[in-house]
Amino acid sequence: MNKVVSKEFFSENVVRLEIEAPRIAKARRAGHFVILRVDEKGERIPLTIAGSDVAKGTITLVIQRVGVTSRKLAELEPGDVIADLVGPLGQATEVKKVGTILACGGGVGVAPLLPIVEASKKAGNRVISIIAARSKDLIILEDQIREYSDEVIVMTDDGSYGEKGLITEGMEKVIYREKVDEAVIIGPAIMMKFASEVTRKYEIPSIASLNTIMVDGTGMCGACRVTVDGKTKFVCVDGPEFDAHKVDFDEMLMRLGGYKDFEKDANERYLNNQK
Amino acid sequence: MDKQDMLKQERNAAWRKELRDKIKNKERTGFTRVEMPEADPVERSRSYVEVNRGLSAEEAVLEAQRCLDCANPTCIQGCPVEINIPKFIKNIERGEFLESAKVLKETSALPAVCGRVCPQEKQCEASCFYTQKLKKPAVAIGYLERFAADYERESGNISVPEVAESKNKKIACIGSGPAGLSFAGDMAKMGYDVTVFEALHQIGGVLKYGIPEFRLPNDVVDVEIENLRKMGVKFETNFIVGKTATFEDLKEEGFEAFFVGSGAGLPRFMGIPGENLVGILSSNEYLTRVNLMEANKEETDTPILKGRRVAVIGGGNTAMDSVRTALRLGAEKAMIIYRRSEEEMPARVEEIKHAKEEGVEFLNLQNPIEYIGDAKGYVRQVRVQRMELGEPDASGRRRPVPVEGSEYLLDVDTVVVSVGVSPNPLIPQSVPDLKTTDWSTLVVEEDSLQTSVPLMFAGGDIVRGGATVILAMGDGRKAAKAMDEKLSGVAKSEVAAENK
Repeated sequence: MNKVVSKEFFSENVVRLEIEAPRIAKARRAGHFVILRVDEKGERIPLTIAGSDVAKGTITLVIQRVGVTSRKLAELEPGDVIADLVGPLGQATEVKKVGTILACGGGVGVAPLLPIVEASKKAGNRVISIIAARSKDLIILEDQIREYSDEVIVMTDDGSYGEKGLITEGMEKVIYREKVDEAVIIGPAIMMKFASEVTRKYEIPSIASLNTIMVDGTGMCGACRVTVDGKTKFVCVDGPEFDAHKVDFDEMLMRLGGYKDFEKDANERYLNNQK
Repeated sequence: MDKQDMLKQERNAAWRKELRDKIKNKERTGFTRVEMPEADPVERSRSYVEVNRGLSAEEAVLEAQRCLDCANPTCIQGCPVEINIPKFIKNIERGEFLESAKVLKETSALPAVCGRVCPQEKQCEASCFYTQKLKKPAVAIGYLERFAADYERESGNISVPEVAESKNKKIACIGSGPAGLSFAGDMAKMGYDVTVFEALHQIGGVLKYGIPEFRLPNDVVDVEIENLRKMGVKFETNFIVGKTATFEDLKEEGFEAFFVGSGAGLPRFMGIPGENLVGILSSNEYLTRVNLMEANKEETDTPILKGRRVAVIGGGNTAMDSVRTALRLGAEKAMIIYRRSEEEMPARVEEIKHAKEEGVEFLNLQNPIEYIGDAKGYVRQVRVQRMELGEPDASGRRRPVPVEGSEYLLDVDTVVVSVGVSPNPLIPQSVPDLKTTDWSTLVVEEDSLQTSVPLMFAGGDIVRGGATVILAMGDGRKAAKAMDEKLSGVAKSEVAAENK
């Protein structure tokens, strides 16, 4: 169980792991996530399921190397085992036929966006996907997104690939051009905040998939709480998807920064130990 | 033979008579109750050593002599799992400590746990002859239970209860907290093939993530779990019934009946301004980070905010556990803010005493109404309102009423909210037919603990809301008995049908 079956680097810091987890592979739907603990000393972290293969009994996770746990994950090789893996967690995405869907993914947020793009297309929607990142090497899963999209726009901050500019610019271009019925926004919190402001301006119903700090992922601690429509919600059981226009992103950004110093110290310690 | 006759017969055993004759009752009642040796408050408040050190064999035997071996042992009625109290205590008196531990295991799956965390003063010890008739301190039943269980564990000579012949019936137990473990133990004894499904990566529920090491060492819990394994109970961690697999999936895999012991894990917040600032956590999060994830240790990856000035909101055992944990994480000031007075505190008297000895400050009759943070979103102050006690409310406790104009600001950098929990919604969400109350607890039949779904039983906090370890264990036992009767009944009628 939890054995790494295959591993592929999309770029220096973005890795895709295929992990043996037959029950999760079978039960998961678009939008679901898992909690994992990489080893006995490890912390529990949430990761959205990017895909699954029921026949093989595997799920796919895409990880960006940013801190201790993601580094440990990126160092796993096929045959290695993840100590604990639980899921699928959260509420699945409600995929309906609504017309034209604008699917917006920033950075590794494209990985959890992929199953939603796939499901949206299969439900008969016209899907326009915008995938964005700082630079070319952080653009992932472009071919897979293309497979289920009517159109794909690639944006990079530095213009090293696709169009130069922020995701919001790409979004506005589409919105000027044609009627969009719904938007799905997944990426770093700051990107989701600004992307949601765009769709709010044009009154396009939007959902965002929130990536807060989590511990258990089953609703027992409230580490992941956010304010949605003035009420406290737990992302792990009530979400992770919410009406993007009702989320207090500023509060969410503030809470995400709560352990920044610990994370930095832990990362430095880890890198020093590796030397 | 009914239970009363059985107790009588056992009481008439030659060795019990001999013990009774050896010391006169008058002499026994003259002995003073033993004191529990405790770790030094200053030293322990900065370490995770267990506070209560346990009785020596000599102390245990002396205390056991106080027990009068009553003809009508009312203490047993005070115990939710009905431990045969005189029998285990008299075994201590005659020096048969291992035998005493065996008696405990006839009815309790976790004696070393119960001996430590049960509120005996409200249960067995409240029903002791000494308390009831003599107005003297009760026999220290809890200390003695702990002694017998610890003695057995440390002897390395642990007995495994006898298990009946296999019935070849698969039973699923959802949740590995006290209710589930007690249920699983009893079902295994009756010959059922029990699998316990646990969502977290460790077995034990609140015994692992909630109750701290200084009250209940994890090793103690693990030994008792290991014992259940030896009885044939299977455990699956990282498995959320309803998510990882549905009830239907499990039925297809051959599980015939279910026990839901998924607890009340959903923390309540007060909904006051600023409550989502950084540094304000639920007690569940705070305790999980330390107890389950060992965030207090250098070598682990889970971080924790080590506050200098920590306020814990609430007056229950979880609040005491949190505030004492804050001290151990290095807090200079660790405070309890509680809206009623100490008399109304739901925490055990012993825990309040320990907290005070360790230097916890109690801000009673006070209530937070707002949190104030800095530019980065970290909590810096709490606005506190003083309270006074008014008329009794529905719970019979006097209602706290705010004192106008009494508000003041208190500097804090960490706040732990411990104002109660609600039942976990995961199971009701995944079984639409399951009837719940307005408080999201499961509706069960009082005698059998059967839910609105056939062959699905439930017990512990998912039925009671936040209650105690021992009540959860009592429910586990009760549900096991009822489930066995139902399944045996089903089996009998099937046999009868086949014979026709």
